[in-house]
This record gives sequence, structure tokens and C-alpha cells, in this order.
Amino acid sequence: MPKSPNDKLQGTLTLLVLKTLNTRGPLHGYGLCEHIRSVSDELLQVEEGSLYPALHRMEQDHWISSKWEITNKGRQAKFYSITAKGKKQLAEENESWARLTRGVMRVLTYS
Amino acid sequence: MPSRQDDERTSLLQGTLDLLILRTLVLGSQHGQGIARLIQQQSEDVFLVDHGSLYLALQRLEEKGWVNAKWGISENNRRARFYALTAKGRGRLTDKTSQWRKISRAMTRILGPEESEA
Amino acid sequence: MAWYLRWRNVFRDDALSTELDAELAYHLAETADRLIEAGMPEAAALIAARRQLGNYTIQKERARDMNVATWLDQLRADAVYGIRQLKQSPGFTAVAVLSLALGIGANAAIFQLVNAIRLKLLPVKDPEQLVVVDWNKDSARAGSWSTRSANFTYTQWDVLQAQQKAFSDMIAWSASQFDLTSGGEPRFAQGLYVSGSFFPALGVGAELGRTLGASDDNATCNAGAVISDAFWHREFGGDPRALGRRLMLNGYPVPVIGVTPPSFFGVEVGHRYDVAIPLCADRLMAEDHKGRIPGRADWWLSIMARLKPGWTVKSASAYLSAISPTVMRMTLPEDYKPGLAKKYLADKLNAKEADNGVSDIREGSENALNLLLSITGLVLLIACANLANLLLARATVREPEIAVRLAIGASRWRVVRQLLAESLILAVSGAVLGVFVAYALTRGLIALLETPDSPTFLSLSWDWRVLAFTAGLAIGTCLLFGLVPALRSTVLSPAAAMRASGRTATAGRERFGLRRALVTGQVALSLLLLVGALLFVRSFHKLLTTDAGFSREDVVVVQIDFSKASYPETQRLTVYRNLIERLAAMPGVISAAQVGFAPVSGSGWDNSIGPENTPAAGSNKQAWFNRAGPGYFKTMGIGLLAGREFTDHDRAASAKVAIVNEEFARKYFHGINPVGHTFHLEMGAGKPEPLFQIVGLVRNTKYYDLKEEFRPIGFFPVAQDEHPGPGMNVVLRIAGSPGSIIRGAKTAIAGVSSSISMQIRMFSEQLSDSMRGERAMAILSGAFGALAACLATLGLYGVMSYMVARRRKEIGIRMALGADRRRVVQLVLKEAVLLLAIGLAAGVALSLWTAQLAQKLLFGVQPRDALSLGGAVALLSAIAMLAGYIPARRAAAGDPMSAVRIE
Repeated sequence: MPKSPNDKLQGTLTLLVLKTLNTRGPLHGYGLCEHIRSVSDELLQVEEGSLYPALHRMEQDHWISSKWEITNKGRQAKFYSITAKGKKQLAEENESWARLTRGVMRVLTYS
Repeated sequence: MPSRQDDERTSLLQGTLDLLILRTLVLGSQHGQGIARLIQQQSEDVFLVDHGSLYLALQRLEEKGWVNAKWGISENNRRARFYALTAKGRGRLTDKTSQWRKISRAMTRILGPEESEA
Repeated sequence: MAWYLRWRNVFRDDALSTELDAELAYHLAETADRLIEAGMPEAAALIAARRQLGNYTIQKERARDMNVATWLDQLRADAVYGIRQLKQSPGFTAVAVLSLALGIGANAAIFQLVNAIRLKLLPVKDPEQLVVVDWNKDSARAGSWSTRSANFTYTQWDVLQAQQKAFSDMIAWSASQFDLTSGGEPRFAQGLYVSGSFFPALGVGAELGRTLGASDDNATCNAGAVISDAFWHREFGGDPRALGRRLMLNGYPVPVIGVTPPSFFGVEVGHRYDVAIPLCADRLMAEDHKGRIPGRADWWLSIMARLKPGWTVKSASAYLSAISPTVMRMTLPEDYKPGLAKKYLADKLNAKEADNGVSDIREGSENALNLLLSITGLVLLIACANLANLLLARATVREPEIAVRLAIGASRWRVVRQLLAESLILAVSGAVLGVFVAYALTRGLIALLETPDSPTFLSLSWDWRVLAFTAGLAIGTCLLFGLVPALRSTVLSPAAAMRASGRTATAGRERFGLRRALVTGQVALSLLLLVGALLFVRSFHKLLTTDAGFSREDVVVVQIDFSKASYPETQRLTVYRNLIERLAAMPGVISAAQVGFAPVSGSGWDNSIGPENTPAAGSNKQAWFNRAGPGYFKTMGIGLLAGREFTDHDRAASAKVAIVNEEFARKYFHGINPVGHTFHLEMGAGKPEPLFQIVGLVRNTKYYDLKEEFRPIGFFPVAQDEHPGPGMNVVLRIAGSPGSIIRGAKTAIAGVSSSISMQIRMFSEQLSDSMRGERAMAILSGAFGALAACLATLGLYGVMSYMVARRRKEIGIRMALGADRRRVVQLVLKEAVLLLAIGLAAGVALSLWTAQLAQKLLFGVQPRDALSLGGAVALLSAIAMLAGYIPARRAAAGDPMSAVRIE
């Protein structure tokens, strides 16, 4: 699948992951990719190469926690959930993003 | 090199900054300080660009050919470099704006509706 | 803390790897499933999925590298970034590094001294097993002490060795000076008499030849000399053929049998030995060929011992106390009177730790060193406050940049870490430079404290303690001045910060309060240091000018030793007279007189007396004595208040006479004129107490030390000395250049006999040497006080400039509206004055509170001396006002319009 040019996506990966986990509950890496892709109507596509290192880092920062579980298909998968610290981080990043968007929109719509 | 997270954030900001600069120049050529001031004004103080990053960005845009620069006299009688959009730059502005809107929309879908402005 | 998790991950590598494999495997499986559901054949689906997922290994690497590499990378990045930032403000960096270098260097220097004097272990075998044998406080002993740290007699050494069973080895030594010449101007080597067990017990081998052993210290005494490495190089240029060469020690030839390694300097910290010969050699070198070995009241040895395994210092001490009665009984001097003998028999010995050797300078220097360490510590604190202020100011300037970084999501800790990295670079650079400062400072300090008579040797090599101390200082200062500004500048909410530039936000206001507090603190601390400096300077000045009772200037002291000329005792008085006549006859010499020992020379003689008909023994009336020749008091400028000086008529056969000073008269004769009255002098057991008639009363003079209170002093005529010694001291009152007189004196004496050696010095020099401690304190505290004042002023200047810059608009508007320059300057100065006043008040309170600590080191000045306090306040105010005035002037002088216009 061709990837659309979304250099902006990388900076917001943490935000997307945290939000998704917050909304959807525990998910594995593949699930995260899928959710983001589908909800955004294919506009945002997570590159797996960035996702797993990001997940790893977020786990070290204690924003998410992980558990190995068996899926309904019988496979072993590592599920991630958001932590209390992660929720705080989510609020911060959300706020930052909102501020950023606001600012940009104001500039773009200034006449 | 800053952490990977910072890396991503920095690239995000870089892209955004380019967009803001191009947008500001639509209304006419400006010198560096003027651009910074306009961005601050137009964003209603959300962005306060430090001159270091600004000039780096301007240099980058100049290299890409999206803006060009000329020496002129500023309003307090000082010599300054005035930046103006090129045709190419104008085109890029349109692209980047639509790109931004798309992504903003996509993010909103995932993040939920934005809180209304205070 | 995420960082330690990163380190942990390094070691958990395999586990991590496996987990990541499993994760990616799952992802791959699901992706492939999807493709299969969409219709792709399984094999192709797997391939496609794998391709989509990219290279496993690369991702694994990326995930794993994030652990250590990220951390190291971040560290490196922080360092590079920090260096770049610092390079951009070279002025700030230079000032910061310099002030840190001075502060850290000064502290390290003093600590190095403390380490060398108190903490370092002796460079010998197993120093922790060593103890020093000592007496309990208030032990009763009498006799003659002939050297520094003289603690035991030879008899006691013998008895202890035989009686004890707590120690595997015992060593004894005695410090001495050996004249290496055979006449003329003496050249001294620092000598040691050592027991045969000395070198073996300490485990000191020879780097050339051999060291002394048990077989060298016996009755036959074929004395050989062991020399130190330093002496070997100085005297023999490191020539191996020095072995076997003969050294002249006080005229007695001794062959060199070995050289000790460079690291060994003896067991006394603060001194270094040149030549060591066996104890038995004391007999050979003594004039009466008996020396100090037989005398039960001749105190000249120090004793140390090595604990047997299983023994501790405490148990050894208790053991020594237990065997003390036996030891005392077996060593009781025969001529002790019953009262003294009883006390002596009750004396107790003890053992003390000696892993850092023994030292006569330890006690004396403790106070001063502690004080100096506190002073340098305060200077460093002030420097740190300066740096904190500077960093806070810089942080304000970088606010927008930091705010944006925070806004786009950098964690606060990350930004703080980056700012701290800068501080750490500054601190480390300061520490490295400080090492050189410390090196120079320690050398300079020792040079300040040394005199030709007592060269101080300290092993100043840098050991782990000093390094740890310096490193600790670097880290401590970094945190001290770097943490608060870093935290402060990242606590603001980005929105508030973005509004803060140019306009006053609440966050900005608070931060400036901190800077004001820092400056007032600096002012207070530097006032404290200035007061201290003034106290020490005044103290030294008082010492220089105090009335010592004698003339300080125009007096020359001549020490003559004619032991090598071998005059018999009966002839000595004639020799004395001969030499004095020659010296008195020289041009430029107004008068010459003999004295037992010059004042403030370290020598003394105390004795008990009995006024009128009362016995001296047990009288508890003590006085200090000296011998004087005719004309002594006139020569030294000591006022004669009643009676007469000694004359040539006061001879051995005539009535015993004495001259006493005012304090003697006041204490023992109720202040009446004592001329014509008498007193008894206590002698040893069994000897009658001679009666002396007082023929003269002189003014009080200092005896041992310029700092002391006046003591009761009595003088006896030189001519009535029953056992004139082979040496004499002559004082000359001169007019004219001392140089030619000194040369003339040498010639005159050499003319009598070439085997006479002499030392000639200006009396003022000798006095000056005795004040070197006070001089050093005055210089050091003065220097540090000045440094502190400069730093505080710099701090004040910085804050003032910042305040002025902030209020430029306001000032500009005022001036545009017609306010005159002076008003504007006053406006700005008001703030400076307020800061200064608060700081001074705090400083004065601090000074009054801590003043007592310096009491012991001061002379003639009270710790709460109003003059010093007032002087310091005035001085600091003057400099500080200047610091405030300059930015104020500049503000007022600026073009008002340019300030008003928004940039």
C-alpha cells in the first residue's frame, strides 16, 4: 500500500497511540496500526518501523504498560494499556496539539 | 541529537513553521523580524518564534527556492533582508495548506472534537 | 526513572530480543492473515507481509539501541549543545570558569593541607598498626627537654622495651640538627637519632646500601648514617659513590651506609629528615662523651610501637596504664624531691593512634586550617551565587526558546537536564583549572609559613581524598548554581512565558525576587569575610606594633658555637669576654652584651622561687629566667626602673645577684620596689636552695612569644653561671648598615679561631619569623575578603544592570517627560541602596554571631571589634555603590527616545 506523504504524522505518534489506547482499551501493536488507519480513513498510516520503538520507549517512560495474552485466534500477542501517568501525558500532548492547531488555523485564516 | 521523541517533534515544528512563514508572506514581503511579529500577532500569541529557528527556516526555504530575499530599508531606517514568496512558493503553500487540513481532520477524527476556544 | 531502565535493558538484551521477536511475529501473522482473507495465497501473503514489515533486524536494532545508545547519545548531545551555548557567550563563560576555578582551587588547596597534615597515612608498612606512646595529661615530670617532641628518657625506653608485651616492635627517635661544617658559617642538616628497630619495624628498606638495624645500636656503636633520598641528591648529586663517604656531623665523622627511598620522610608530619644515626651515637657526639643516655631526667626521645595481632589501640593503652607504676618505679630520677617523686610514680602512660604519624604542627594549625576552610567555602558559595544569578539572567533571555520546546512536548526533565549539562561543563572546567590554582596556592602557603630555621615539609601528592574532594566540589557547585535556574526556567507554563517577554508576568516577578535574595546573601557573606580580613589585619598590625618591652629594630643577634674549638670549661668565661670585646669594638656597634638566649627565640627556663625567706620547693611560685651580661638591658633597650645593671664586679666569687622585672615584683613582692630584697631558687633533690639578692628592676618584656601576657622574669649574671656552656649568644645594638656589620662580625670571630661557628641575624627578622602565622592569616584572609567583595560587587552590578535594562522604557518615558538626570539616577540607586542595606544588616548580624570562632587566633583585637565592623561596612558600601552607580548613570545617559520606542 502506498503511503501518503505524512511527515507530520511522526511527531504525533505518541499522541495517537495514547489516545487510541485510552479510547479503545488494551491493544496490541497491530491493532493500533489498524485502528489509526481505519478511523482516519486511510489518511494516517503508522509505519511499523517507528511504531514498535515508540511503544518500547513509551513503556519505559511508564506511559503504557504491557501484558502478553492469548488472542481469540489462539496466538500470543503483547497487549498495551495506558497508565495513569500516560493519561496525564495524553492530556498534556492533547493540549499541546490543540494549541498548535489553533495557532496554525489562526494564521491560515487570517486575512 | 535530542531524543527520538524530540526529533519527531522538531520535524513537526519545522514543517509547521515553513507553513506559517509562507502564509505570512502571502500578504506581502517582509523582513525577518516582521515575519516573527506577524506570526505572533496572527496566531494571537500562540507562537513566539525565536529568531534562531526563524532564520534557519528562511534559509531552508530560500535554498528550496520557495522564497527569495532582497536588501531594503526597514521602517526604523535600518538595512534588512526582505523575503518574498516566489511562484513556486505560492504553489507549495497551497499544497501544504491542504495537507495540513487533511491531517488536522484526520487527527480530529481520532482525538475527538476539539474543545471550543476559551 | 526511565534512565536506569535503559541501563537495565542492556543486560536484559536477550530477553528483550526474544520479546520483540515475538511481538513482530504476531504482527506479521496478523498482516499475513489479512492478505490471505483478501485472497492472496499463503506463501505470497507471508512474503508480502514480511516485506511490508520491513527488516526485522533493523527494527530490533532500533528498539534496542534506544536504550543505551539513546542515553549516551543524549549525554553527548547535551554536552555538545552545552559547549556550543557557552561558546556563544565567551564573556560569561570566562568569568564563570574563572570564579569557579578560584573558588574550587582555594578550597582544594586548603583541603590538601588538611589532608597532608591530618589525614594521610604514613608511607610505611601497615601504618594502621602503629601507635604512639604518650603521657596522660598533667603528668608530673621535671628535667631538661632538649628537642621538639621530647617525651621520654633513655632509661624509660629501655624499661618499656623490656617490660611490655603488647607490641611486636617498638621504635624510638629524637630530632636534632647536625652542623655539616667544621667551622665558620654552619650548615645544618635535619637529623634523627633512631633506635636500631626504627627502619626494620617501619618496613623501610634502602634504595642504596642498607638501613640501620639492631646491630648498629649497641654499646660498641660503630655509627653509620642513613640519609634520605632528598639529602642524597642535594649533598651528593645522587652519586652512588656517596656510600662510604664521610659526613661531618657536629664535627664527628660518620660514614654513609645507605639511602632511603624518596617516599619516606620520617614519622613526623611537617618535617623531613636528612641524616639518621643510631641512638648510641648521642654518646659519641656529646661534649662530655656521655650525652643524654644515662640521665634519668634527660627527656629527648619519642616512642612509637606496632600492635601485636589481636591488640587494639584501646587495649594497648589500658595495658600501658596498668604497667605504668612498674615503669615509673624503675625509672625514677634520683634527684627528684619526695613531693615530685610521689607525683611521678603516679604518672600513667597511654597509647594513641598514629597511622598518620605524629605532628607538632597538627594542633597548632588545626584552628587556623578549619577557619581557612570555612573562609574558602564561603568564597565558593559567593561565586556560586554569582553564577546562579548569571544563569537566571540568561534563562530569562532564552525563555521563548525553552517555552516552544516545552510546548512541542519535550519533557521538562529533558530540558532541565540540558541546562544542567551546561552548568556541569562550567563546573568541571572550573575544577580542572582549580587544580592548577590549588597547586600554586599550596606552594605559596608553605613558603609563607616556612622559616630558615624550621623548614616545613609536607607530602603534598594528590591522593584519592583530594581528588574526591575536588570532584565533589565540582558536582556540588554545579547543582548549587545550576539546578534552581534550570528548574525555575522550566516551571512556567508555556503560555505565560510567551506573554512574558517585555511585559512583566507573575513568573518573571518571582524569579527576580530570587535574584535579589541571592545578591543580598552575597553582600552579607562578603561582609562577613571582609570583617574577618580586617580583624586579622588589625591583629597582625597590633602584633607588629605592640610594646614588647625591648627594641625591635637595630639589634643583631649573634649565636656562637665554639664546641669544636674545645675550650675547657674553666676558660669559657674568658672566651666570652674576649669575643664580646671584639664585637663591641667594631665600627657601627653601639653596645654589645651577652645573653643566655635571645627573647622570643623558643628557648626558656622556668623554675620555682621562694620570696625572702620562704622556701622555693612546693611554693607554687613560678618564674622564668635567663642569663644576662653587663649592659644587656641597655643594648636591648629595656628600661631600667630601679637599681642597676650587672657589672664586671658580679663574678662567680661575689654574692649571688639577680635582676627582676615589674611582673615579678608585682606578683611576688606586692608591687613594692624589690631592690634589696631576696629570693630562693629551687634546685634538685638534696641540693640547697641558693639565695639571690635583687639588685635591679626592669620593665616587662615578652619571653617566648609576642602574643603572650607578661610573665615574671628574673635574670642572673652570665659570670655567675657555674657551668658555662660551649656556646653563647650576643646581642649588638648597631647604627648603620647591618650588612657590613654582619660581615665584620664574621671576620672578627673567625680571627679568634676558625673552628668557631656562628649564626648572625637581625633580631627584627627573628621576631618577624615568630609572627609568620599571623602574617599568613592576615594575607590570606585579606586576599579572600577582597575576592569575596569583588564577587559580590560583580553580582550587584549584574543585578543592577538587569534592573536598569528592564526599566529602560519607564526611565525613558520619565526623561522624555522632563525628569532630570539626577532624579533618574537616584531612582535606580534607591533599589541598589535597599539591597545593600539589607545585605549589610544581615552581614553584621552574621559577623557578630560567628565572631567567637576566630578568638583564639586574634591578638589585641576583640572579635566584635567595632572598628573592623565599621571599616568593612564602609568599604563594602563604597564599592557596592559604585557598582550601582555605573548602570544608573548609563541609564540616565541613554537616549530616552530609543528606550521608549518598541524594538
